[in-house]
Amino acid sequence: MIPVPPRRVLVYAIPIALLLFVLPSVVSPYEVTQLSYGLIFAIAALGFNLLLGYTGLLSFGHSAYFGMGAYGVAFMVKYLKISSMEALIVGGVVAATAVAALFGFLCVRYTRIFFGILTLALSQVLWSLAFKFFWVTGGTDGLRVPTPSLLGVGMAPGQDKMAFLAHRYYYYVLVIFLVGVAVMWVIVHSPFGKALQAIRDNETRAEFVGVQVRRYRYMAFLVSGVYTGLAGALWAPLNGLTTPDILVWTFSGEIVFFTVLGGFQTFAGPIVGAVVFNYLKTFAVGYTVYWQMFLGGVLVVLVLALPAGIVGTASRLIDRLRKAA
Amino acid sequence: MDTFLIHLLNSLLYASVLFLIAGGLSLIYGVMRIVNLAHGNIYAVGAYTTAWAVGRVLGGAPTLVLYALLPVGALAAAALGAVLEPTLLRPLYKRAEEYQLLITFGLLLVLEDLIRFVWGPYPLAASALFEAPGSLTIGESIYPTYNLAVIVVGGLAAAALWAFVYKSKFGVILRATSQNMRMASALGVNVNRVYVQAFTLGCFMAGLGGAIVVPQQGAVLGMGVDALILAFVVVVIGGLGSLEGALLGALMVGVVREVGIALFPEIELAVLYLMAAIVLLIRPAGLFGRT
Repeated sequence: MIPVPPRRVLVYAIPIALLLFVLPSVVSPYEVTQLSYGLIFAIAALGFNLLLGYTGLLSFGHSAYFGMGAYGVAFMVKYLKISSMEALIVGGVVAATAVAALFGFLCVRYTRIFFGILTLALSQVLWSLAFKFFWVTGGTDGLRVPTPSLLGVGMAPGQDKMAFLAHRYYYYVLVIFLVGVAVMWVIVHSPFGKALQAIRDNETRAEFVGVQVRRYRYMAFLVSGVYTGLAGALWAPLNGLTTPDILVWTFSGEIVFFTVLGGFQTFAGPIVGAVVFNYLKTFAVGYTVYWQMFLGGVLVVLVLALPAGIVGTASRLIDRLRKAA
Repeated sequence: MDTFLIHLLNSLLYASVLFLIAGGLSLIYGVMRIVNLAHGNIYAVGAYTTAWAVGRVLGGAPTLVLYALLPVGALAAAALGAVLEPTLLRPLYKRAEEYQLLITFGLLLVLEDLIRFVWGPYPLAASALFEAPGSLTIGESIYPTYNLAVIVVGGLAAAALWAFVYKSKFGVILRATSQNMRMASALGVNVNRVYVQAFTLGCFMAGLGGAIVVPQQGAVLGMGVDALILAFVVVVIGGLGSLEGALLGALMVGVVREVGIALFPEIELAVLYLMAAIVLLIRPAGLFGRT
């Protein structure tokens, strides 16, 4: 039985999806590329939030799955000379899922701070390998990822790469993003999703009701890894280069950051947070060398003043206005 | 035999600095149940402050005066800690752990750039202090005397901390608060004050680590984040919140790293993280942790 979204969800979702489809004909290619980055990070954030928001597990190691998705693509391009994006996505997601299957098996035995530290430590193993085995991974120079062919059609000869990325690749990402959102919506509203929320709210009671806590956590971990790996695979051709920067634990911190920025207690929060964070970071990096200070300051203010995030705070405001009216 | 001794000394050198960083991290966790992701940056502040102070005074001052500047970094780190705890961390003790981790992550980003803002993007050095004591001859190899001094400082710090925590009145209050904050509070302990003291002490240790390491290695951007990750490995092995654990963990990491650099440099870091992961699997709370 697949849950049907209620009308009020579709009232928001359909206009936003339509807006995303017409946007490339309105705004500049640069803006469209930025939006592609935002949507890709949103896919990662959706996956991440299945663990944080729905299962109550804070991972500080999601850079591992994002990085495996991206490096999986880069390896297939470099060593197998594959250019079909569909094949690359499958390869990247399989690589990320394999790592998530291994790491998840170890990590789901723990909760709270130990879960966070263990995920962090394991992700750093991958980072140090990518960093040290430079003859395979390119070290800090990274690996170049040329533009792939989409659905069997490559970039037309002489076509501008920017135009390709801002048009065809954007739509490619957008469709995958929308499918990903719909599938995640089904997951969190399915009995499986409800069981995860039961585990988050009260592990002992969930166990008594008959939920196999560790197995459900493991499955949530795997789904989370698949989403984050998919995001990494889509990110690699857009960025044109994979470096160990996306495997280092501070990138995991950024995933946590934008999920909380949007609001991890809501379904749409991570999506909004990822898109907003990407703009915020691009703006800050272009504006000042002290962009980390700016982002750190935003995070501190966020935690102290607006812990519900953008979407959480907005929906509370709307509720209050409705009651007042 | 000589090479063995040199390797042993290097391991101890490394372990001393790591103990100062990880011990502070662990102390803070033990008392307040907060994992301070910005702890590495506090260590970097200690290193930068000392290098800066030495650079300012350097013009012909006697070396002895320069050594007196070493604690400046530790004091600066402690002062920073004394300001940060009441302003940023205190409002969060009642909130979920996620928020505590996040605010220290925000602090990490801010401090990283604050260091760049105050001291600029280029490395600072205090190598005069490293060169002044000269070197010792061990068999057929030479070894810098300053490194031995660092090992001694690390050992003394560990001993002083042990005496402080287990033999002083403040130590009793500290351990009581750590074991049961509500009970301690009910018995008249001013928990807020203990928290700020513990956090300041933890930051002082990290700052001291930075201050004694800077003559040998210099201060560079990003040193804090690197140190934090190694300190994590130490406290995970030893057990979060345990000082004995931090000492044992620091020694283990020091030895493995020294052996790793000599024998398997490519996977030296990976081996350290795997070591932490294996310990967590066998003993989730670490070798000395309370479950």
